[in-house]
Amino acid sequence: MKLLVCISKAPDTTSKISFTDGDTKFDENGVQYIVNPYDEWYALVRALELTEANGGTVTTITVGTAADDPTIRKALAIGATDAVRVDAEAKDPYFVAKQIAAYAKANSFDIVLTGKETINYNGAQIGSMVAEMLDQPFVSLAQKLEVSGNTATLERDVPGGAEVVEVNTPFVLSAAKGMAEQRIPNMRGIMAARTKALNVIPAVETAELTSIVSYNMPPAKSECKYIDADSMTELVELLHNEAKVI
Amino acid sequence: MSVLVFIDTKGKISKAAKEAVTYGSKIGATTVVTFGDADAAALASLGDNGATKILVCRSLSEGNDQQLTKLIAAAANDCGADVIIVSQDQLGKAVAPRVAANLEAGHVSGAIALPDTSNGFVVKTNVFSGKAFANVSVNSSKKVISLLPNSLPPESTGGSAEVAEFNPELGAAGITVKEMKTQGEGVLLPEAELVVSAGRGLKGPENWGMVEDLATTLGAATACSRPVADIGWRPHHEHVGQTGIAIRPNLYIAAGISGAIQHLAGVNGSKTIVVINTDSEAPFFKAADYGIVGDAFEVLPKLNEAMKTFKASQN
Repeated sequence: MKLLVCISKAPDTTSKISFTDGDTKFDENGVQYIVNPYDEWYALVRALELTEANGGTVTTITVGTAADDPTIRKALAIGATDAVRVDAEAKDPYFVAKQIAAYAKANSFDIVLTGKETINYNGAQIGSMVAEMLDQPFVSLAQKLEVSGNTATLERDVPGGAEVVEVNTPFVLSAAKGMAEQRIPNMRGIMAARTKALNVIPAVETAELTSIVSYNMPPAKSECKYIDADSMTELVELLHNEAKVI
Repeated sequence: MSVLVFIDTKGKISKAAKEAVTYGSKIGATTVVTFGDADAAALASLGDNGATKILVCRSLSEGNDQQLTKLIAAAANDCGADVIIVSQDQLGKAVAPRVAANLEAGHVSGAIALPDTSNGFVVKTNVFSGKAFANVSVNSSKKVISLLPNSLPPESTGGSAEVAEFNPELGAAGITVKEMKTQGEGVLLPEAELVVSAGRGLKGPENWGMVEDLATTLGAATACSRPVADIGWRPHHEHVGQTGIAIRPNLYIAAGISGAIQHLAGVNGSKTIVVINTDSEAPFFKAADYGIVGDAFEVLPKLNEAMKTFKASQN
C-alpha cells in the first residue's frame, strides 16, 4: 500500500492570535508551530497503522519553506517513511492543491490523506481540490477507515449523523476525529527521523486565484452580566428585550 | 453578475438553502441548481428568496462529490454564472472546493458576509477557529463562495421562480453509500438558531432530560462538549468545539461546561452566550454575555419553567 499524507504546520491551539503590518500578516512573534492536529493525529497515524498491518509506505508532502522542516521532521519521527517538501510559500489553497496533485499524479498513490482542515485557516479545501485534479473520489470528514484489497470502507459525518461508504482505490480522503489516536514520537523515532529522506522539490507554476488582503479581530466581548440562579425570569427578559435572541 | 446557488434539499428547503439564495440574489441574477425528488412547488418557493430559475436534476438521488461537481459545473456553464454559492455544510465542504478546481475559480471558504466589490471582490471569512476574520480577495473571473450558515437571515422578496429539469451527463459515482446512521427528527445543529449544550457537569447521560426539556421548550438543538461525546454520553455529531463542529447560533446556552479554549473555538461565533456553572472561576464566564453561578440541576429546570411562561405569554 502506497499512501501520501498531506502535512501542514499550524500555530499551537493556545496561541495568541494577532496581526502585524497594518493587519495584513499573522503575527508569528512567540507562536509555537505544531503539525496541524487533523493531519497528524488522524490522517498520519491511521496511514501508519494501515501500513504497519498490511505493509507499504507512508510519504508526507508539505508545501512550504525551510521553516516547515521541523514539523516535517516531527511527522517522520512519528513514523512516516519519507517526506517531500514542495519548496514554495503556500500562497493559496488552489496553489497548494496543484502542487500536491502534480506530485501525486507522477507517483501514483493508493490513498491521499489530508486532515479535515487546518486549525488556522479552517478552509477544508485541499483534499477536495486534489481529488478533482486527480479525477478521483473524495471522502470528506472520515472518522473511520478500513482497507481490504483495493476496497476501502469509511464512516463519515453527514448532517445530523454519519454514513458508511465504500470506495475503490485510488481515492482522496479528509480525516476527522475518531480515525486514530494521537501518537507521541519515541526517542528511537526522533533519532531515525534525522536520517530519513526529506526531498525538496521545485513548485509547478500555478496562478494565485485568491489572496488574503487583511485580517480583523472580532469586536471585544462586553463584560459578562451575572444573574442570580433564582431569577431565571430576569434572564428570559434579558434574552428577549436586550439580546433579542428569543 | 450572474449567480448560481447549489442547494441540497433532502426533500425540503432548509433555512441554510434560503440563506444561500438570499445571499446570491444580493450579488446578481440568481439561478438555483439542486437534485433529487424535492417537490416542484417547494422549489419554486425559492423565488420568494430571490431566485429567478431553479434547475433540478431528477436523475441523481444521492449526493456525491464527483457527480455533483459535474452537475454544478454544467449548470454554471448553462446560466453563465460568474459566482457560485454553496452552503458550508458537510456536503458543501466535499463539493465546493472540487467545483472551484474544476472551473479554475478562486474559492472562498467560510464566508460570513456579502462580497465587498468597491475594490475588486473581497469576502470576509472566519479563520483561526473563529478567533479572527480574514478578508479574502478573489482574483479569478469565476468565483466560488462557501457560505457559513446563520451569516445573514433569509429575506422574502415576493418573487417567483420557474422550475426546469436539468439532466446533464454526470458519469459514475465513485462512492457507494452502504448505511445511514442519522438522528431522527429534531433541529439540525449546524443551522440551529438556538442551542442548549451541556458538559461533564451533568454527571451522567441519564440527566440529559433537563437539557432536552429546555431545548424542546425553545425549539433549540442540543449539543455537548468533547469529554461527553468521548465517554459516549451523547452522540458524536452533537460535539461542538475545535475537533467537533463549529456553530454560530443566535443563542448558545452552556450548562456544566468549563469553557476550555478548544470548546470556545467551536462556539465563539455565537451571537449571545449564556453560561451556567457551579464554579465562578470557570473560564467560560469570560466569553459569556450572561452568567449564572449555580448548579445546572437547579438552574436548568427553573430556566425551562421561566421559558415556558414566556412562550405562553407570546401566544
